[in-house]
Amino acid sequence: MRNPLSDVIVNIEPSGIRKFFDIVSEMKDAISLGVGEPDFDTPWHIREEGIYSLEKGRTFYTSNAGLKELRTEIANYLKRRCNLTYDPDKELVVTVGGSEAIDIALRAMVNPGDEVLIPQPSFVSYLPCTVLAGGRPVVIELEEKDQFRLTAEKLREKITDKTKILIMPFPNNPTGAVMRREDLEAVAEVIQEHDLFVLSDEIYCELTFGSERHVSIASLPGMQERTVLINGFSKSYAMTGWRLGYAAAPHIIQEQMLKIHQFAIMCAPTTSQYAAISAVRDGDSDVEMMRESYDQRRRYVLHAFKEMGLDCFEPNGAFYAFPSIKRFGMTSDEFATRFLHEEKVAVVPGTAFGVCGEGFLRVSYAYSLKNLKEALGRMERFVRRLDGKA
Amino acid sequence: MREKILAVMEKNSRIDIKDLAVLLGESEVAVANEIADMEKEHVICGYHTLINWDNTSDEKVVALIEVKVTPQRGMGFDKIAERIYQYSEVNAVYLMSGAYDFTVFIEGKTMRQVAQFVSEKLSTLDSVLSTATHFVLKKYKDHGTILVQEVQDERMLITP
Repeated sequence: MRNPLSDVIVNIEPSGIRKFFDIVSEMKDAISLGVGEPDFDTPWHIREEGIYSLEKGRTFYTSNAGLKELRTEIANYLKRRCNLTYDPDKELVVTVGGSEAIDIALRAMVNPGDEVLIPQPSFVSYLPCTVLAGGRPVVIELEEKDQFRLTAEKLREKITDKTKILIMPFPNNPTGAVMRREDLEAVAEVIQEHDLFVLSDEIYCELTFGSERHVSIASLPGMQERTVLINGFSKSYAMTGWRLGYAAAPHIIQEQMLKIHQFAIMCAPTTSQYAAISAVRDGDSDVEMMRESYDQRRRYVLHAFKEMGLDCFEPNGAFYAFPSIKRFGMTSDEFATRFLHEEKVAVVPGTAFGVCGEGFLRVSYAYSLKNLKEALGRMERFVRRLDGKA
Repeated sequence: MREKILAVMEKNSRIDIKDLAVLLGESEVAVANEIADMEKEHVICGYHTLINWDNTSDEKVVALIEVKVTPQRGMGFDKIAERIYQYSEVNAVYLMSGAYDFTVFIEGKTMRQVAQFVSEKLSTLDSVLSTATHFVLKKYKDHGTILVQEVQDERMLITP
């Protein structure tokens, strides 16, 4: 029999998270700091809209781009939240999660051999999606000394005449880094100078802490026309399982993304779309409540790290902390594996998000205080043992 | 800080002051002082425990009573309420808008005990015109906490 498989996909490494997941799932009574999703249930008014839509028998396809009412509410949201104006009919696509938006944006923009700049540590999909789209991923290694922000210098270093797209994964999973306005301005200058496009993954945009709220790179002068803004409902409204996201892009790009979406997906799940209308229209107070709760737990986790002598820069976004374990002379993988076996707590090795995540762990604080307390208590015990103090 | 302390404590009055201070990014002393002030000012009036008595062997009967009264000269609603809330059987008294005047929550060991209270003590008060007693059959949710379903973390242990 002939080889049934595509070389392209076979040559893509499975996600590092998957590998660790397999180990964790064999441990029966492990507790976890490893999830990448909110611990809240979807607010009831949103779930209720989903239920109503089913009761009313709204179980058909929607238009490819998504329900008009939802697109209109998304446009309203982007206006009130980011001061961005998008035409709901020509510049928005409702997708199956932010993940689909990443995939179709890259497929709509990448020509064979085009280079796509991917700052890492970052979400696991950018690199494989680039490869699947026929592009060449070029990693920019972010550093703790820059608070894991992308600097203009680091960007310049990797630009060649083949560079076409820069991925902007902020607020960042796994580091919790955010880009402030002045950081974005410095980067935007380089982008315009080299005529690049930006795929800005702003799925965690509602989860920033401290006085500054998230700034979208698309809102900087001259940037909206060269930015595909990706967002979704998973993190802001605790709707991960609904699989619903969207992309906002200049019509020339949106049109082609919509084509891929139309042929590969048809439309995002109808029930989820009806529920999402309620989320984006009436969910601001839910978002605020959850944000405050994450912020409290963020302080709690950082405080615990400090007490146990674990270095960690202050994350100002998402719901992750990214402590350094370099002083223990172990790899992230070794640390995470030993921690799991000895204390039965799952954390994700930083290397799951890129080679430069070596020496770090991703610790999610989307857990109840009770769970955090228990898990961090075990972490302290483990660290003390490593330090020879126990 | 006050509102944030209350928001956390309303759901968990047993939280360590130390933990609370960390969560709110405030010093322990500042949080402790604020709580002490709120106790003094009767913003915080007590620290009770939310008990689902249905899960104990103790039998309890809870009733909600709608009470209509006629306020009399020199004896407004507050005075009448006082006559009612002094009874130890009475758990809560609210002055209401609408078709009746007070909602009174009564707790007793048996239905007979509650009935006796209503007929012998509450109804015989001079100002009380009429009462309607509703027995609570089942508590689903109390003080913002759902009593009838277990909260479980159903998320996968590791996700990207």
